[in-house]
Amino acid sequence: METTTTIRPTFDVNDIRKSFPILEREVNNQLMVYLDNAATSQKPQMVIDALNYYYSNYNANIHRGIHTLAEEATTAYEATRKTVKDFIGAKLSNEIIFTRGTTEGINLVAYTWGRKNISEGDEIIISAMEHHSNIVPWQILCNEKKAVLKIIPVSDEGELLMDEYKKLLSSKTKLVSVVHVSNSLGTVNPVKEIIEEAHKVGAVVFVDGAQSTVHLDIDVQEMDCDFFAFSGHKVYGPTGIGVLYGKKKILEEMPVFMGGGEMIKEVTFEKTTFNELPYKYEAGTPNIADTIALKVALDFVTETKKNIIRNHESDLLKYATEQLSAIEGLRIIGTAKNKVSLISFVIKNTHPQDIGVLLDNQGIAVRTGHHCTQPLMARFGVPGTVRASFAMYNTKEEVDRLVAAVKKAIKMLT
Amino acid sequence: MNENKTIKEREEEITEEFSLFDTWEEKYEYIIDLGKKLEPLDDKYKLPENIIKGCQSTVWLVSEFKDGKVFYKADSDAVIVKGLISMLIKVLSGNTPDEILNAKLDFIKNIGMMSHLAQTRSNGLVSMIKQIKNYALAYKTVSVN
Repeated sequence: METTTTIRPTFDVNDIRKSFPILEREVNNQLMVYLDNAATSQKPQMVIDALNYYYSNYNANIHRGIHTLAEEATTAYEATRKTVKDFIGAKLSNEIIFTRGTTEGINLVAYTWGRKNISEGDEIIISAMEHHSNIVPWQILCNEKKAVLKIIPVSDEGELLMDEYKKLLSSKTKLVSVVHVSNSLGTVNPVKEIIEEAHKVGAVVFVDGAQSTVHLDIDVQEMDCDFFAFSGHKVYGPTGIGVLYGKKKILEEMPVFMGGGEMIKEVTFEKTTFNELPYKYEAGTPNIADTIALKVALDFVTETKKNIIRNHESDLLKYATEQLSAIEGLRIIGTAKNKVSLISFVIKNTHPQDIGVLLDNQGIAVRTGHHCTQPLMARFGVPGTVRASFAMYNTKEEVDRLVAAVKKAIKMLT
Repeated sequence: MNENKTIKEREEEITEEFSLFDTWEEKYEYIIDLGKKLEPLDDKYKLPENIIKGCQSTVWLVSEFKDGKVFYKADSDAVIVKGLISMLIKVLSGNTPDEILNAKLDFIKNIGMMSHLAQTRSNGLVSMIKQIKNYALAYKTVSVN
């Protein structure tokens, strides 16, 4: 008889931690515990070095320069595009557009695709767990075009009500824009099913990958989304660099976003012809240094292996959920079956902000507040939550420190 | 009890009390205690127009101008914020608009609460002070005209 054993690859968190110099930092006289990774992750030394090396050795404006530095910088910049393509499973490099972050990606699509394709009476569907970034651009568009914004409701566990979603879909639906992983709840949404259903009615789907890209394996072709966006700084990369993916055919048909250098082919005062993809959407000198360093961050994640990181993070999630749940009066907001390593919670008779201040005094960084998801907070009837979000470098010992610090805060406050 | 003391004297009083504390726990327990003891604001004042913007918690601030002096009352759903605002009221309430406008509020630094003044904290100490001074300025303008 055959027996199957699952061999889990080893993962040495202490070894990983050595790559992140900031983890040595003390805050309020204690070794810092950084649990605000959903806001931004820390950067490995190699990413910091890549930025430094670029500015020290080959800083130059890219494309069209014929000197050595310009060629080196251009090559490195375009190498990131290829790495991103592979990282998210896109078919072509020119489907990858560099932006400042997820927010810019959503706005780019709202202002270009949206203005061309949305008209009076059309419907756009988002969910009740969207970040303000995935609400406001569509709201502005709907107001301008007299279109209607529809909302997929959320269950008490923090999962999308898929039956309700299906009821919202109709021939009027032109776009569905949903978050892949909720930044407030940690819920992983069934985007594949959402996309499949939307495509049946001919709608285009935008997936906000700001929180998912660091944790999940992303394959935009398998997912079949029409647009996907993420931010580099949440995937151990620098701030100020993000990615918008779009299917080639859709991107080609879209009008341009910003006018300027790089995005043109030929300019006369009478007429401008626009450059081809992806440059059509990259007006002006781009964020060269951060783009180059983004490759280093993504390579680091790929080499560490996402599935191994995920195993470690889900161990942390399980352990932290158990430990925190045992605290009297603590309620976890977001108890979906499929979650990333993020825990939002509230504590009876205390304000999240008070907990946050007292945790900071104990050297622990969490986020408190509405997490830019005010409609979702209203749905759960809370002013905000305390959110602890875990990355590859967090440890069980850090969870223990969080739990002890929360207990101490409660004691001080009640 | 505070009536006859200057803003500076009141600040010194708070600074002295804090000098007795050795640990952050003692400081915060004191602030939390102040927050709990602050007289709750009557519900009729808890109006949207009395909410100070720029705070992560909800802070209500109301003021009254009597005999050339400004009196403040405030409340918050977060107790540390309430404690901080209680200290501000202790220091500033019952003074003339000019005295309030000129107050340097060095005690915040002296008691080690400077971090609460950082804009990023969004816990609103900056917004609170601004709103307190806005009221003072408004009363000053009214009383001059």
